[in-house]
Amino acid sequence: MVNRIGRRTLAAGLAAGAAFGGSARAQGRSEITFWTWRQEDRAAYTELFAEFMKANPGITVKFEAFAVEQYATILSTALAAGKGGDVIHTRAYGGLEQFARAGYLLPLDNNNVPELANLPDDAKASLTLRSDGKVYSYAFASQTLGLFVNNAVFRQHGVQPPTTWAELIEVSKALKAKNVVPIANGMATAWMCEVFTSVFTNPLLGPGFVDEILAGRATFSDPRYVAALGRLLELREFLPPGFTGIDYPTAQQLFLSGRAAMFAGGSFEIANFRKQNPRIDMSFIAPPAPAAGAPRLVSKFYDGGYAVNAKSTNQADALKLVRFMGTKAFGDRFSALLGNISPIKGVTITDPLLAEVAKLNETSAPYIMAVHFRFESPTGSELLQSGIQRMMAGSMTPAEVGASITQGIARYFKPFQK
Amino acid sequence: MSLFVAWPLLSALRYAFYSFKGLAPDAFVGLANFHDVLFTEPFASWTWRALKHNVIVFLSLMVVQNGLAYLIAFALLKALPGHRVHQVIVFLPVVLSAVIVGFLWKLFLHPMFGMVNAALALVGLPGRPWLGDEATALGSLIFTNAWHWVGFPALIFLAGMQRIQRETLEAARIDGANDRVLLTRIIWPLVAPATTIIFTLTFIGSFNWFELPYVMTGLNGSPGGATDVLGLYFYRTAFGNTTSGLQDFGRGSALAVLMFAFIATTCAIALRYLRRREIQL
Repeated sequence: MVNRIGRRTLAAGLAAGAAFGGSARAQGRSEITFWTWRQEDRAAYTELFAEFMKANPGITVKFEAFAVEQYATILSTALAAGKGGDVIHTRAYGGLEQFARAGYLLPLDNNNVPELANLPDDAKASLTLRSDGKVYSYAFASQTLGLFVNNAVFRQHGVQPPTTWAELIEVSKALKAKNVVPIANGMATAWMCEVFTSVFTNPLLGPGFVDEILAGRATFSDPRYVAALGRLLELREFLPPGFTGIDYPTAQQLFLSGRAAMFAGGSFEIANFRKQNPRIDMSFIAPPAPAAGAPRLVSKFYDGGYAVNAKSTNQADALKLVRFMGTKAFGDRFSALLGNISPIKGVTITDPLLAEVAKLNETSAPYIMAVHFRFESPTGSELLQSGIQRMMAGSMTPAEVGASITQGIARYFKPFQK
Repeated sequence: MSLFVAWPLLSALRYAFYSFKGLAPDAFVGLANFHDVLFTEPFASWTWRALKHNVIVFLSLMVVQNGLAYLIAFALLKALPGHRVHQVIVFLPVVLSAVIVGFLWKLFLHPMFGMVNAALALVGLPGRPWLGDEATALGSLIFTNAWHWVGFPALIFLAGMQRIQRETLEAARIDGANDRVLLTRIIWPLVAPATTIIFTLTFIGSFNWFELPYVMTGLNGSPGGATDVLGLYFYRTAFGNTTSGLQDFGRGSALAVLMFAFIATTCAIALRYLRRREIQL
């Protein structure tokens, strides 16, 4: 009797599930999952995926986000077990290689994703496995490192955003005299030290320096690099009090609240800054040049991409989603909704601040450690971040930092092994 | 049960002899991973630096945290007015998670807005970036850990002291023993089993230290590695650091095996000595 009731209840439940919704599979639709570390983008992706599902009524996309700190661990564990999302948000450069090299991702080419043609070469290169030359992920955003300026603070104190190093020092002195912290950055958060360094040293190093490093004609012990690091020491007096203990969130809040006038950071901050202070009047400018007329190079890199799980049982649908995310229409919507620059050629950027950033990208140099030296251990970033923290605290000299980076990288970078 | 415990340990041991492609073992590399973490620069410097910090943490906690705990336990043993309230207060931080304690003290020690610098300013002393200064960062973490955990060894010592026959203590008092003599000559030998437990737990805790430095100074052991310990170093080697490093399960496993061997061996030797000491005393 009990069994009969149980069976009837189960049958009724299944019928109700089929009739009033239930899973995509129950409705005869294919369900693909999208894995990401960007929990904060859930609303935007929900909107973007709704457009995809409208165009592909047989497919449902499920957004699954994981904590950024654990994402790589969770993802590699899942992929090693033959699981994980069907479409996966990946990092670029070395962060991609560790997954692609293991065979966890499906190679993308002009046959399965013709939209690869919509990407510029450097975007494709950022998501290419160096050993086989194949692309494994579709670039989603480029990021630019430069200087945020709080326009209201500058206006209030009658100063202009700096265009040269001399002006930066002059403006910083004027702001400090008026009890404003000139530059919000601190040194407690290691990766922000690398951002800070790249923002201010790239214009000092000039456009050809990265190529010289890659060709082995210069090392990080080069007098130009050491001198550029040395110039950072001039900025210590313009950072917040106790800057060695000021972390990333504090620096953000100092800038957003107007207690600090400038913030060396990335274009990835724009959406977040606006969310936290919708009334903020800010600009994003290129860092100061060593002298008037010299190029003011911003630092540029690609954030990551969309990859297809090599073990996905819904590979055809997953590829459809990646192809959708490779269209100009998607790029336009992506930039508008997420405040990031889509690398897709011809994308229309309607946001004036983001358009400024896109314009600055025309005069850029690579964010060198992320782009070229995050493929093997010790990474250039590990060595630089730790060295800068110590240099700014006064326990290492710029020459020692340069030598430590050169020696560390020489372990695997042949041009430095001479 | 043995399989449940032994399998992960044996797996880590096996992985330590392989290079990795993602999470999958790739090629057998013999002792190369061990050689890297012990003798190849800069990994070797990072390993020895982290180990040195763990040793400093252990010794400091033994002296500061457990020394204070011993005195607190004695004060509580004396059952002065209000001792029950104090017992609760001393133990209260122990129930908080390390994450909460870490965030709380990170705020207290903040160079611009922290309570500690504000209090120093009130008495005319200069503040400092406690967690951003290589000279004070590790000490600040050790202090925070001691604040968090002091109640636990205090309770263990108190339990040990309460097992001492009251007549023994009264006889010592009648013979003219003051508090210092009681603490060093009478009580100390009689709480030897409690000391063994506290030593063992502090040793294991110090060499597996992770949550507090992770929350307060980050995965890199900022500033410039001044708070780097084996737990952080192992984690970022094996699982990577999104903003700077890569995953390397082979080298991470080698570190894990070395940490396990070091902790297990030292603990076994120390326990043997401490047990013998208990019998002698």
